[in-house]
Amino acid sequence: MPNTFELIASYTVGASPVTSIDFSSIPSTYTDLCFKISARITRSGYTGDIMNISFNGTSTNESSRRLEGNGSSASSASNSLLLAYQASTTDATASTFGNAELYIPNYAGSTNKSASNDGVSETNGTTAYAGFAANLWSNTAAINQVTFTPDGGSNFVQYSTIYLYGVKNA
Amino acid sequence: MPNPTRIEINCETGVESIIELTDAEVAEMAAQAAIAEERKAEADAKAEADATAKAALLEKLGITADEAKLLLA
Repeated sequence: MPNTFELIASYTVGASPVTSIDFSSIPSTYTDLCFKISARITRSGYTGDIMNISFNGTSTNESSRRLEGNGSSASSASNSLLLAYQASTTDATASTFGNAELYIPNYAGSTNKSASNDGVSETNGTTAYAGFAANLWSNTAAINQVTFTPDGGSNFVQYSTIYLYGVKNA
Repeated sequence: MPNPTRIEINCETGVESIIELTDAEVAEMAAQAAIAEERKAEADAKAEADATAKAALLEKLGITADEAKLLLA
């Protein structure tokens, strides 16, 4: 059971929005990876939305199952992409941020890679979202790069932050 | 006007790079935004159609939404 978290890297968006946040050259010396995310994006139309993920700069052999609820309705879907819930959007209350965790066990192993995620958006209005995603990257390569891209061609805004932790058995 | 930028953090060196998108990447972002708008419009239309159909059915049955919930509980 992994029990040691070490901060590998983090990034907080400055005054200029950015289209993606990319962690490269991730060392292979840990058991698992854990991302902690606080995000707000420029998407509109919803108060919360997903972030797309890619491993090692590719977008092939990706699949996911997801569950989502917003307080009045629930939905589920299967997709041919990797994703993480949940970022607050431009339509959410000002200065609110969604939060999420993405956990990647055995990221440096030689089997296909799974990545589990849960997250909620935040807004002080009528509708906020909670979601769970089970991601599968059908590729046996060790993961050395993870990229987060807001859905719908939008941007991360100022103070959005992602922490990357390495998790070890001891 | 410069193109939008993306961030790359090298976890070995700790170096943060701000990289300007290419014109092709900017075009791809615009395409993704258009697709997202289309998906949103479709979802909104379906939600509205579902709500209209639900209201019509409740009226036909002569019961309220709360009473319908009781039937399904």
